Amino acid sequence: MALPAHKAAGVRPAAPVALLVLAGIGAAFFLIPLIGLVLRTPWTAIWDQLRSPEVLTALRLSLLASLSATAIALVVGVPLAWTLARLTFPGRAVLRAVTVLPMVLPPVVGGVALLLAFGRRGLLGGWLATTFGVHLPFTTAGAILAETFVAMPFLVITVEAGLRSMDSRFEDAARTLGASRWTVLWRVTLPLVRPSLVAGAVLCWARALGEFGATITFAGNFPGRTQTMPLAVYLALETNPDAAIVLSLVLLAVSLAVLIGLRDRWLGSS
Amino acid sequence: MRWRAVVALVVLALSSACGTSPPASSSSSALNGTITVFAASSLTSAYTAIAKDFQQAYPGSMVKFSFGGSSTLVAQIQQGAIGDVLASADQPNMQKAVDSGLVAGSPSIFAHNRLEIVVAAGNPKHIATLSDLAHSGLVVVLCAPVVPCGRYAIEALQKAGVSVNPASQETDVKAVVSKVALGEADAGIVYVTDVKAAGASVQGVDIPPGVNVVADYPVAVLKDSQNVPLAKAFISYLLGAGQPTLHRYGFAGP
Repeated sequence: MALPAHKAAGVRPAAPVALLVLAGIGAAFFLIPLIGLVLRTPWTAIWDQLRSPEVLTALRLSLLASLSATAIALVVGVPLAWTLARLTFPGRAVLRAVTVLPMVLPPVVGGVALLLAFGRRGLLGGWLATTFGVHLPFTTAGAILAETFVAMPFLVITVEAGLRSMDSRFEDAARTLGASRWTVLWRVTLPLVRPSLVAGAVLCWARALGEFGATITFAGNFPGRTQTMPLAVYLALETNPDAAIVLSLVLLAVSLAVLIGLRDRWLGSS
Repeated sequence: MRWRAVVALVVLALSSACGTSPPASSSSSALNGTITVFAASSLTSAYTAIAKDFQQAYPGSMVKFSFGGSSTLVAQIQQGAIGDVLASADQPNMQKAVDSGLVAGSPSIFAHNRLEIVVAAGNPKHIATLSDLAHSGLVVVLCAPVVPCGRYAIEALQKAGVSVNPASQETDVKAVVSKVALGEADAGIVYVTDVKAAGASVQGVDIPPGVNVVADYPVAVLKDSQNVPLAKAFISYLLGAGQPTLHRYGFAGP
């Protein structure tokens, strides 16, 4: 009784001061680097930098690659999350560990592993090239693959958690009413886990947008083909720090806008 | 018991200090301690070997390294990184350090490096000259134009009148070598020393002196050095006794 009333009246629980202080330190830890970046931004040069073809090319490629990676992650990652959440089979723990591995693996190591799998002399790469004429390293498709590899775990674990915490009685009810398995999945399960799906997709997209190590190792760096924003930032830092700061700011603004916008709109937690 | 041990230790320490310090000459007492050397990543193997010899030649001295891209190192020193010696893979970055007032005295050239075409061991694509790199169907990777090795590669290709369509512009020279070593690329343009350091999985194809580019490696004492005598000794060692080691790793003398 007390809890809903609490919520309805909008009364906040009293927070221990020490907790707030620590939370403040935590927030400052994230905020101060952002402030540093904003303070160092050459605002007068920002439009010239933004209009430059190099920046536009990198930005366009970044959006294309990160959105494609998210789409692929949705198509194969959601079924994987469902399998991990709903089926019991030997080796499930191992499969889950393998799925999450790219999150803890240094991305450069991930890139090397991708080369050994999909590279010209890799496990599948030679076969892909001779059978389908598909070459992944040094191509945009390779950049998308690298981003998918690193970013998909964020989608899988978020959706899996959503599926696990979902009340499966709705699915049972639908099934007893004669719905087929596909109908249950499309009309009951997926709509119920929509917040997790959206959150997972957004996290996955944001991670893909920031991907650097696996992309540069597996797909290399070429403007318009594989040079995404993070790669452009890294190279600009060597020669033209102002351009690097502007590029970073653009990346930051795009990510922040999408994270804030999607959160309010889809997750209803403003 | 314990007190006796402490007293014994103190006496021992005092006596050894008294026993050794008076005969030691002023130069050897100055030539100990630690120096930190900021060095271009292409120097990694050669400098690590030279430091070992140097520490043997000057007992009590210690050389620590921070290896990285030359431009990164200069940026770090500009941002306040403390060190004693800077060794850059090109003149422009050393000049940047000089112009920022980070260097004491004037830099000296201690080594040269040349470019070479790096190919897989056995040279399966039979690459013999720079113009072979223009063949279609050949996967060529270069350093990005902002990195010294990329700038030099473009210079060499221009001298040879060759236009190459690289599959990738890598961020550093080691990445070019590893793409060739892994079989992902057929050829790249890197320094002679990098081919040597990469071992048996790759080999070098000579670029004739007429179209080759020579990279100068300057070294200097940093202004904020805490141990100028040892820093100077290290530089003299590079210019003298360290030269055979540099040669062994593919560098040419100054």
